This record gives sequence, C-alpha cells and structure tokens, in this order.
Amino acid sequence: MAALNPADAHEVRAIVGEAMAAGATLAVEGGGSKRGLGRPVAATHTLSLVRLDGIIDYAPSELVLTARAGTALSVIEALLAQHGQHLAFEPPDTSAQLGPGAPTLGGLVACNLAGPRRLRAGACRDHVLGIEAVTGFAEIVKAGGKVVKNVTGYDLPKLFAGSFGTLGVMTAITMKVLPRPEKTRTVLVFGLDGAAAGSLMIELARGPLDVSALAYVPRAVAARSAVGYVAGAGSSVLAARLEGPPRSVLARTEAARARLGAHAPVEELHGHNSAALWREIGFGALLAAPASRPVWRLGVPPADGAAALRALEQAGAEGYLDAAGGTLWAAAEEPVPVHDLAARHGGTAMLVRAPAEARARMPVFAPQAPALAALERRVKQAFDPKGVFEPGRRVEGV
Amino acid sequence: MPAPDLAVLARRAALVARLRSLVPGEGVIADEVGLRAYDCDGLTAYRQVPLAVVLPERTEQVSAVLRFCQSEGVKVVPRGAGTGLSGGALPLTDGIVLGLGKFNRILEVDAANRCAVVQPGVTNLSVSQAAAPHGLYYAPDPSSQIACTIGGNVAENSGGVHCLKYGVTATNLLGVELVLMDGTVVRLGGKAGDAGGYDLLGVVTGSEGLLGVVTEATVRLLPAPATARALLLGFTTSADAARCVAAVIAAGIVPAGMEMMDKPAIDATEAFCHPGYPMDAGAILIVELDGHAVEVDELVERVATIARDGGATTVRASADEDERLLFWKGRKSAFPAVGRITPDYLCMDGTIPRARVAEVLERMTALAAARGLRVANVFHAGDGNLHPLILYDANEPGQLEAAEALGADILKLCVEVGGVLTGEHGVGIEKRDLMGTMFSDADLAQQQRLKCAFDPDGLANPGKVFPTLHRCAELGRMHVHEGQLKFAHLPRF
Ligand SMILES: Cc1cc2nc3c(=O)[nH]c(=O)nc-3n(C[C@H](O)[C@H](O)[C@H](O)COP(=O)(O)OP(=O)(O)OC[C@H]3O[C@@H](n4cnc5c(N)ncnc54)[C@H](O)[C@@H]3O)c2cc1C
Repeated sequence: MAALNPADAHEVRAIVGEAMAAGATLAVEGGGSKRGLGRPVAATHTLSLVRLDGIIDYAPSELVLTARAGTALSVIEALLAQHGQHLAFEPPDTSAQLGPGAPTLGGLVACNLAGPRRLRAGACRDHVLGIEAVTGFAEIVKAGGKVVKNVTGYDLPKLFAGSFGTLGVMTAITMKVLPRPEKTRTVLVFGLDGAAAGSLMIELARGPLDVSALAYVPRAVAARSAVGYVAGAGSSVLAARLEGPPRSVLARTEAARARLGAHAPVEELHGHNSAALWREIGFGALLAAPASRPVWRLGVPPADGAAALRALEQAGAEGYLDAAGGTLWAAAEEPVPVHDLAARHGGTAMLVRAPAEARARMPVFAPQAPALAALERRVKQAFDPKGVFEPGRRVEGV
Repeated sequence: MPAPDLAVLARRAALVARLRSLVPGEGVIADEVGLRAYDCDGLTAYRQVPLAVVLPERTEQVSAVLRFCQSEGVKVVPRGAGTGLSGGALPLTDGIVLGLGKFNRILEVDAANRCAVVQPGVTNLSVSQAAAPHGLYYAPDPSSQIACTIGGNVAENSGGVHCLKYGVTATNLLGVELVLMDGTVVRLGGKAGDAGGYDLLGVVTGSEGLLGVVTEATVRLLPAPATARALLLGFTTSADAARCVAAVIAAGIVPAGMEMMDKPAIDATEAFCHPGYPMDAGAILIVELDGHAVEVDELVERVATIARDGGATTVRASADEDERLLFWKGRKSAFPAVGRITPDYLCMDGTIPRARVAEVLERMTALAAARGLRVANVFHAGDGNLHPLILYDANEPGQLEAAEALGADILKLCVEVGGVLTGEHGVGIEKRDLMGTMFSDADLAQQQRLKCAFDPDGLANPGKVFPTLHRCAELGRMHVHEGQLKFAHLPRF
C-alpha cells in the first residue's frame, strides 16, 4: 500500500480525484496518534498529511490562529504559550490510551477531543472557526472564516469537527485561541462516596466559584495516579480546579477550601502536580492499565454521573467522573453492556480503546434512532458520495 | 426570489382547507388583513404577503404540515417573532409562513444539569427570567431579547453584548428537536454531551430555517456571576478606542462585553436618554468585567490603566449597580435613539479582524460620504463585529437604493480586510447576493449539497442565503473533476 504524501490542497485534490476514478479508498492520517480511535478502517490507501505542515497566520490580539491541518499540535501549543495563549478546550493527551504518534491539529479537530476545561470553555468544536477541505467531489471548499464571530453560511467547521475524517480531508484550519490563565490551583477533597461527590459537583458547577474543571476519582482508581497526594490518599478524591488572575485564584481557593473543608479533609495542588493530575484525568489515563481492558467514554447529563458510575461499578467495571459528572471514563471487560447502561442514564458511550478486532465486532459508537442514522447517511453522501474517505470508521460499511 | 409556482397559487383555496384540517381552530390565517401582519420581519424594506400563515401548537402538527407541504410542493418559511434583520422570515407569495408563536412554554428548568428545555416560541429574556430563581441565566443576550424567540436565535445563531466571553447561541445550545420537510422528527444533542455522530446540531444552528423547523431546544444555563462592573471610557477618536480594544485583549483580558459607540451614536443616545456620556469624546467604550469580586476589581484597575496609557480622556468605573446600568442604558437604547434622528436606517453586521477596526471605520465614513449618506456606529468591538447604522430617508427618491448600495460597499470592505459578511444577523435575502464575495461556486455548491440532505426538494425557506438555486440532482451528479487532475509526479493508484 503506497503512502500518499501531498504537499498542498491541490495535490490532495488530485489524489482524491484519482482515487475516485480508480475506485480506491483513503485512510487520512496526521501523526497517526488517533488511528486506534473509532472503528478499524479498511482503506486501500493511506493519505498522510505530514507535509501539510506549518502555521499560516497568527495574530495574538485577534485570538485567532490558522494552520495547515498536518501541523504538529506541539508546535502550535509552543507558539501560543510564547504569547501567553492556548487552545482553551485543553487538547487531551491520548498517548496512554492510544499509544505514541505526534498529534496534529487536523486529527484533534477530526476527533473533536477536549480535556477537563471543556466544563467551562466548551468542546473542541466550539473553537473551530474555519476550514479548508477537499471533499469527495474532489473539490477544495472553504467554510467559516478567520474572525471570532461569523454566521455567513452553514457552520461546516463544526460538522467536520468530530467527523473522523469521513466527510473530507481538512487541509487548513482556523482556531479560536484564548489567553492562558495566569494562575492555577487544584483543591482536593478526600473520602467522599460517589453520591456525596455527585451532589457536591452539582453545587460547585452551579456556584459562583467559577471552577474550570471538576472530577471525582474513586479510591482504587486514584491509587494509580502519578501524583503523590492523590495516589497516597488511600481514599477517593474529588478535584476542583480554579484558574484566572492571581488574586482571584487565591481568593476562590480560600473560599473553596472553607466550603469543602467543613466536611472532609482537603489538600491543594499547585503547578506541576495540578497539571499532571488533569492530564491523567483528561483522556482516561488513570484506566490505561491493563492494556487489554476496553476503555469507554460516556457522556451523560452531569447530575446522573454518579448514579451511572455506580451502575457501571455494580456491573463489574471501574471508572471515574470528569466535567462535573458529565463525562464518565470506564474500563469494562466484555460483556458489560456499556451502551445500554449509558442509555439508561440518558447518555451515550463511545468505545475509546480496544484491539482492532474488538472494535470491528463491538459497536464503537452509540446506536442511533433510525431517522437520525438515515439523515447522517445522507449527509455523508452529500460530501463523499463514492465513500472514498475512511470507510467503516464510524459506521460499518459506510 | 424564486419564481412563484403558479400551480400552487391556483390551488390556494384547497390547500388552505387541507391545512385547516391539520391545524384546526385558529391555527390557519388566510384573510388579507390577518396576512398583512406577517408580511415582513425586521428588514422592513421588503414586504410580501404569504399564501397563508399556519400556527401549529404541537410537534405532530408541525410534522403533519411539513409532510403535507412537501407532498404538495408548497414552500415553507419558518417564523419566530419576526425581529430578524436580514429578511430570513420574509414570506414567499407561493409559500406558507409557519409561525412558532404558540410554542411558548418553558418545559423544564433543570438546575442540577444547568440547562433548560424550552419551546422555540419562548422569548430569549424569559429563559433567563425562569432560571433566575436558581441563580442561573441564559448567556446570549441579543438587544432584541424581550421580543426575539429561542427558535429565531437558534436559526440565526444570535449573539449579544456578552458573547465575547460567553459565546453565541451555538456555544450555549445543547440540543434541539428538529422536524424535517418530510415530517421526520429527529433529536440532535440533549442534556448529555459527546453523543457521537455528526455535529448536526452545529449546522442547524445558524441555518436560517433552511434545514427544518426547530420545535424544542435545550439550552445551557450558566451561574449568574457574583459581581459585574463596567468601565465607561472616552477617547478623542475611534482609532484610539479601537487600539484600546486590541490592547485589552493582548493583555490577556477577555471582558464579558466590550462595546464601542462613535460620535454620531453618542450624540443620538445622549439626546435620547441622558446616560451621561462624555460629550467631548469622539468615541466611547463600555467594558464590562464580571466574576468573583476580587477578580473584577483587579481587572477593572488593569483595564483602566491600559485605557489611560492609550490616551483615554474619560475613565469612569461603575461604583455601584445603578451606575453600571446607567452606562449600559445608552448602549441599550442606541437603536431607538438613532431612530429619532433619522426617518429610516439600515443596520449592517460584518465582522472584521480587530486590528482593522480603526481603518475600516475611517474608510466607511468616506464610502458614506461618496453616496451622500451618514453612518452611526454602535457595535461589539471586542469581537470585531461592526453594526454600522446607515441613516437615510425612504421618502427621498433614490435614498433606499443608495443606502443599500452603501451597505454592500461596507460588507465588501469587511470581506476585503479578512472579515465576513455577517457576525450575528444572518445572510437572509439581505446579503444573499454578496455570498460570492466570500465563497467560491464550489463552496456554495457544497453548502447546498448539505441542504439537500435535509430538504431534497428545496422547500424549506428557499430564496434565502444562496444567490443561485440548484436542483439537488444537479448538485449531486458526479462531474468533471474525477480523474482529470492527474499530477504526473504523484504515485498512481
Ligand atoms: C432592535 C433589534 C436589535 C437586535 N439586536 C440583536 C443582537 O444584539 N444580536 C443578534 O444576534 N441579533 C439581534 N437582532 C436580530 C434578531 O433579533 C435575531 O436575529 C433573532 O434571533 C431573531 O429571532 P426571531 O424570533 O425574531 O426570528 P425571526 O425573525 O422570526 O426569524 C429569523 C430566522 O429564523 C428562522 N426561524 C425562526 N424560528 C424558527 C424555528 N423554530 N425553526 C427554524 N427556523 C426558524 C426564520 O425562518 C428566519 O430565517 C436584533 C433585532 C432588532 C430588531
């Protein structure tokens, strides 16, 4: 299988046109770090975007950055950091689950991944302002814009975010960027059971403390943390992150400790420890070992998070909550019926890590109502009528 | 607009009778006087009486009406409160207006999940009012919020003065129930995140009624900020004010709102409601900071310092809630205030890079002068979203045409400097024919292919947004590019 390495959108377009004429199909790859996400793809060829690399435009006072889709995320993050800015949705570190490979901007957007700050800053899709892409009509199209506020035409950037490459090959992407918080503190509360933690998270997320991340990790899972305070606690850990200008963070941390310390022991993480903990939480890393266990991500109404976690535990799974209960990470051996459990709690599940054989056999994405599934098939048709891109990645046979 | 379907017009009486059977009672308006009330939206320069107005009360009725219209080839124009400024709800002579006014209930305020489930005809403001007892609110706050509906907000992806920090409708929308033209009901998103699947919620938001009818929405509620303070900043010129905006952002501060008014807008509002704006200023900024009290006080100080360093001639920080509201009073009445000094005005809505604001304001003044007109500016400076108000008199022959031509000049200028045609009001019919300045034929064809996936017969609000209508079959046909783009140096399949 020859690797195809186009250098610009025109070459991508030529390849797509030829692939269509030849009846070939394409797997689209950036750094390859997310190849294991979604269903296994059976494409005849791989299109690599590594040569579509480089930042096109970045003006810090516009809060906007445009880069070619194959640009390494590390390069973008380093440049933003130099200017005191970042991608506010906190791109998660997927390496513990999905293995190595340098993540690219295109891959991040295609999978619509966000980390713990999603609670406050929104998902990746909320930060994608514009795209240029090659469709399954072998046309270069652009949509969205390079300014932070725009309603001109349909929001195709959002549609491409989370499409897993199945609608077209993104060649350039414009992202909204934001100032990075000047200071960060994480307050830990020890020893709460799931129900108590659930109510406390509801209260904090509704309250005036403006927490930027809120997670609950049961005892056995917390014991695997690389952060000493968490691993050594010998109890469950609820973590609340406060970010912003220094004086504000200190005042809110005080207020949080006063409120939380009334009923349970509390501790505080700074700098490195705080960052390490949220990195572990962000993409299920606390559940990474043993590697043979399937790992799932569930999205549920936040107030149902604690109950959903308990139901999973009763079914023999292990897990923890992020996003104030709205995101549940679970490691569950077969045959725990994770999709059913998620649905019973008003949410959906996605199989995030499992061997390719299992991802081909088990439903990776939540089953959809027939009318919605039919609409999605028509949308796929509208962008890729010949099924050139990522066959099978989202739906078997599509 | 698309040429009227004469066959539909000829069958009007029979169609109305069938619609009455689908939505009994007062649900169908077909008399001349009744129809007049629906002949335009907020873009009042364009008027058209529809075939009929249908006012369903339940999703099943919407579904039945749409299915019927699809089978009869009747066009459908959804309508909320009719405050839209781009003609999105402008009726078609051979189409029905589907009014969502009777979908006016807040179904649930779910405080624990920080969201509300509402019907589309609910007004924007009433959502925040219902959430207030729980210490929550709905962040997008268009100036029209007492009147405009959530359905209209979803369809236009509306913003407001606070969307700089809290985002537009799309950021604050969790789910919708959508009825397609064939009557199918789908639910997109909901109280839980990460539903997987394509982000169809994302494309329905801002789709201007061209993809289907929203019959329910789940919106995110945010905790009411502990404190809010505003700064009133005066500058000698708009250019100074614009530089201050960029400096605040560059300093890492994203205020809750950052609004600008130029001299003509200041004069009009001061005369209208006396908010106490500095009369020696060529431009003012209102900068609001919200959050924890300690944070707000710190940021107010920092912004004040940036403003002074940038040559501000007035720097006033609100000492209490009354003063904060007074600062906002003028901004909030700017539209009616401008309405007092001119018989008519057109409100434009481009977004540009912040760095180009000063230059664009200057060039805009020149463009206006060239057409013999004046412009007042009151806008969301923080996100570069301009709202030039073009002052004109419709009774003076040629002035409406001149005002529209100036509007087009201004929007082309926005695109030229790297901006877009519309930041929050939508394309509608107003900017439809300018779409080609921003998008290529291929871009627009692809957008229309997406519409075809939702509405294969092109009956949902046709004639809006897209300058040229294509049949779906034509758009879907495989075409010339295939296999004709061979680059010799690329590996072969
Ligand atoms: C004085 C004034 C100030 C304004 N200020 C702002 C502002 O600050 N920010 C801003 O963004 N806008 C502003 N607007 C514009 C306008 O209020 C918004 O666009 C608003 O969202 C329109 O809501 P509506 O209910 O009036 O919708 P309508 O005008 O009735 O319809 C707007 C569009 O939505 C479609 N639509 C309506 N309901 C549905 C539905 N249920 N399903 C599918 N499609 C539907 C219609 O077909 C149409 O295309 C202002 C308007 C005025 C008159």
